[in-house]
Amino acid sequence: MSILKQLMHLCRRKSPSIFHLNTGSCNGCDIELVTCLSPRYDIEQLGIHLEGSPRHADILCITGPVTRKTLEAVKTVYAQVCEPKAVVAIGSCPASCNVFAGSPVIEGPLSKHIPVDVYVPGCPPHPDAIINGIARAAQILADRGVPEATKGMAQK
Amino acid sequence: MNVSGLIHLFVFPGLLFAIPAGWFFVWGEHKAVARMQRRIGPPLLQPFYDFVKLIGKRTPSRHGIEANLLRLWPTLSVLSLVGALALLPVSSTGIGFSGDTVLLVALLELPSICFILAGFTSGSIYGEIGSIREAVLGVANNVVFLLSIVTIALTEKTFRLDDLAGPSSNPGHWIGVFGILLCIPAKLRLNPFSTSSAEQEIYSGPLTEYAGAALGLWKLAHGLEWVALTGFVAILVLPVNISWWLYDLSFVALSFFIVLLLSGIAAATARFTLQRSIRFYWRWAAILAILAMSSAIYMRFRS
Repeated sequence: MSILKQLMHLCRRKSPSIFHLNTGSCNGCDIELVTCLSPRYDIEQLGIHLEGSPRHADILCITGPVTRKTLEAVKTVYAQVCEPKAVVAIGSCPASCNVFAGSPVIEGPLSKHIPVDVYVPGCPPHPDAIINGIARAAQILADRGVPEATKGMAQK
Repeated sequence: MNVSGLIHLFVFPGLLFAIPAGWFFVWGEHKAVARMQRRIGPPLLQPFYDFVKLIGKRTPSRHGIEANLLRLWPTLSVLSLVGALALLPVSSTGIGFSGDTVLLVALLELPSICFILAGFTSGSIYGEIGSIREAVLGVANNVVFLLSIVTIALTEKTFRLDDLAGPSSNPGHWIGVFGILLCIPAKLRLNPFSTSSAEQEIYSGPLTEYAGAALGLWKLAHGLEWVALTGFVAILVLPVNISWWLYDLSFVALSFFIVLLLSGIAAATARFTLQRSIRFYWRWAAILAILAMSSAIYMRFRS
């Protein structure tokens, strides 16, 4: 049993699928995240791949300060990612709302709405930092496994 | 059911060989694309990691007929592909029967039909768009695929796989093999014929709503499709009168070479629109296939 658990732990760590969600970002962090797929950084070496559907993903990468319009989308997409899952907040915006703090249309920071596992600060952060953040999130996700609290909970 | 048939179904080229081989071929596909883009690419065990991880995922709870159907389609795909692999006359002859090529074609077609039905069952708008694209493309490329197989069968005057295996002096045989090779990218949804599962464009097409173990089965089915389709080409090309271990080795080597070749082409091309893919198959490939078949009929009546 413990060998199977170790195998599952290894596989979860080695195969994180990411889904990228823009919550009103200025596009700076989005460009840096896409840079990670390029030949120079090549995150596929670590088994990380960008998925088109949140159902296929393990790690939710969120950029932007969470505008009022995107708040519902954030909650829906977070619910659509299947357990075990982790959230990486990329850039300063989801962490602190950055220069948008105090604006009436900003609902951030992100941690008010969904649990965040890893913050990657920077405006925008360096691709190396983003890769490091995703790798850490994969480790957290593998260590945590399927949380007991959500067992038996329906995800719609 | 004799022992040889069981070995074919469960050991080689069936389950025990095909699942690791499918993962290996999927790795080859990703690695070839990565190397074409001057990247390093995924580690060797990546498809295995992905499969185990997907089994460990919690899936959204669904109820009723929809839930059962969504589970049925990938399972049916995997089973039909294992059945198709068991029909390939590798490592031992004499298990075939008259007309087994027809059964092979049907079993190779079943995953595509399941893929279409999966999109419609999921009820997702992206799934439905993907299913429609896959269905329309399937109509176009299957004409070429069937004509190519009929051409090969005509040159050998049989539908028995044992007799079709191996190279032939008849040019119709080679044109038929070329026609099958042309159809493989559309059947595997590779670039440039990847409209039906166009990632990022319609999310993941019919698989958008899939998660967890069922998605893992779809990925496994993709690997098995690689093994079955490239293996089918390999048995049509490899000479049959060599020793069995050399035949099996060259079977795997040639299949893997085809994987690398088609993945290289996929990396070098952009996605065609649906209209262009269909035009390609109806115009160029269908003309080629009809020419091949008429030449095969001509050769047959002349001799």
